[in-house]
Amino acid sequence: MSDEEETQPTDDQKIEIAKWFLLNAPAGEIQYIAKDMKAVLQDETLYTTAAAVAFPLYNKSHMICLDFPDRSGEVMVTPFSEISENEYLDPRTAQVAVVDHVNQVCRRARPANDEELPTPYIEEYRYALDIEVTKYVSEAYPKGICSVYCVNGKDVEEPGLDFELVVVISAARLSPQNFCNGSWRSIWNVEFKDEAQFVEVRGTLQVGAHYFEEGNVQLDAKHECKDSTMLMSPEDCAHSVTTIIRHHETEYLNSLQTSYSKLPDATFKDLRRKLPVTRTLFPWHNTMQFSLRRDIQKSLGLEK
Amino acid sequence: MEAAMGLMRRIPPKHSEAALSALLSLLPHHSADLLSQVDQPLQVLRDVDSGKEFILCEYNRDADSYRSPWSNKYHPPLDDGLYPSQELRKLEVEANNVFMVYCDQYYEGGTSSVYIWENEDEDGSRTADGRRGYLEEGCWEAIHVIEVVPLEEATARYCLTSSVMLSLTTNDESSGNFNLSGSIRRQMNMDLPIAEGHLCNMGRMIEEMESKLRYSLDQVYFGKTKEMICTLRPPSEPVQTRLLEHISKRLS
Repeated sequence: MSDEEETQPTDDQKIEIAKWFLLNAPAGEIQYIAKDMKAVLQDETLYTTAAAVAFPLYNKSHMICLDFPDRSGEVMVTPFSEISENEYLDPRTAQVAVVDHVNQVCRRARPANDEELPTPYIEEYRYALDIEVTKYVSEAYPKGICSVYCVNGKDVEEPGLDFELVVVISAARLSPQNFCNGSWRSIWNVEFKDEAQFVEVRGTLQVGAHYFEEGNVQLDAKHECKDSTMLMSPEDCAHSVTTIIRHHETEYLNSLQTSYSKLPDATFKDLRRKLPVTRTLFPWHNTMQFSLRRDIQKSLGLEK
Repeated sequence: MEAAMGLMRRIPPKHSEAALSALLSLLPHHSADLLSQVDQPLQVLRDVDSGKEFILCEYNRDADSYRSPWSNKYHPPLDDGLYPSQELRKLEVEANNVFMVYCDQYYEGGTSSVYIWENEDEDGSRTADGRRGYLEEGCWEAIHVIEVVPLEEATARYCLTSSVMLSLTTNDESSGNFNLSGSIRRQMNMDLPIAEGHLCNMGRMIEEMESKLRYSLDQVYFGKTKEMICTLRPPSEPVQTRLLEHISKRLS
């Protein structure tokens, strides 16, 4: 930024800054960032404008889960379940939730229209997959939520055309009193290719953790994978796809564990020794002994 | 200001530079506080006289120039820059030489710079060590600020505030993109006799602090975040993996 007479950013710039802070909030922390952002901006109108844009994006990206007002179930706010900016479909209960993004609540629910739901043919596949995935998620995740949506070809009525389902799994662990929050998000695109009788599965797994007692440490890890299986009956497909998901997610978790067990040794050994080579603490009162060694090192060109 | 610090604690560390400039533009009258309280990745510059590198930070900055601890000159040259008193400068020179050796001993390379200035009645000393590691991308940076307040009876109070910033990134087939970064801050206060000199006391405190921080980092960076992942999605064979972990820990 160049030096200008007025160093205050324009209103538009302030809105962009507020949006950026909100969007970069770690899982479960956007309300805290919102509070701090309001204090820093000192301007309700600017903040509200930024929030109106940032919150929907954040909610969809983090796939937040909201309860229906009558407790009949939950709806996940995702790009795949979006009917309009404030309306999100829950295929399990065939309801559409009207959502208040900034306050992160579901205001009311209405039954879904026929046009918003997939055809019975597609629904067979979607439903079977939903059952299998829900079972898997309840076993693998202490507090996971999942949903299956049709993102392509929901009007397909019989075999002969391709269609695509998406499985979303989200688990968050929020422990602000322990200064620690974490989230796991997986998105699995399942493409049913009719001509080749083939199902292609592509997954994106994203893990985040934030620890903030006397500091700010964050993990941000992402992984992509692919697999495939044969196109079969809805139940068999569901079973096969879920097995694929389970396999890859477990593999990924294992490789994260491996990374964790390798890193401390590799990192710390390379970056900072526990003690100098002499195996004693640094002799602060007597540093003359080192200057000779250093001069030798320097003349040998060993110093970096 | 508290809200600004709150924001800095939540924004992903890899974006901390962008976050800081955003906050500086929104709160220009708080810029002094922000710059001194928020830790930023350290940059180095080469001293034109000695060819040695020195670290750029708030404590050797005046306007847009930075003072080198080796030659005591501002880069780029500045007419009216702030300089430490002669006595402090002597201490500063000695400190820089000693810490360079300390840096060699512990980091086997890397860069360190010490800046000393007077803070009204107190002396402040600042050491910054930087070191680039050899992972795909790993980096350790430590900033220690000690406030020295002389007391009676030839002792002084030393208040040390240390921050260590660590950043690790790996990217491979099996585990995808893995980025772990951030900073932690600790404080330590001690009253010590001046008999062996300030440098000795400060050096010992910093050494002790760095060792503690290294250990904390292991616990925090690795321990806590890993624990969180395992809470989100426990490994499938918990009994087996725990046993294996236990065994491998005993063997290492």
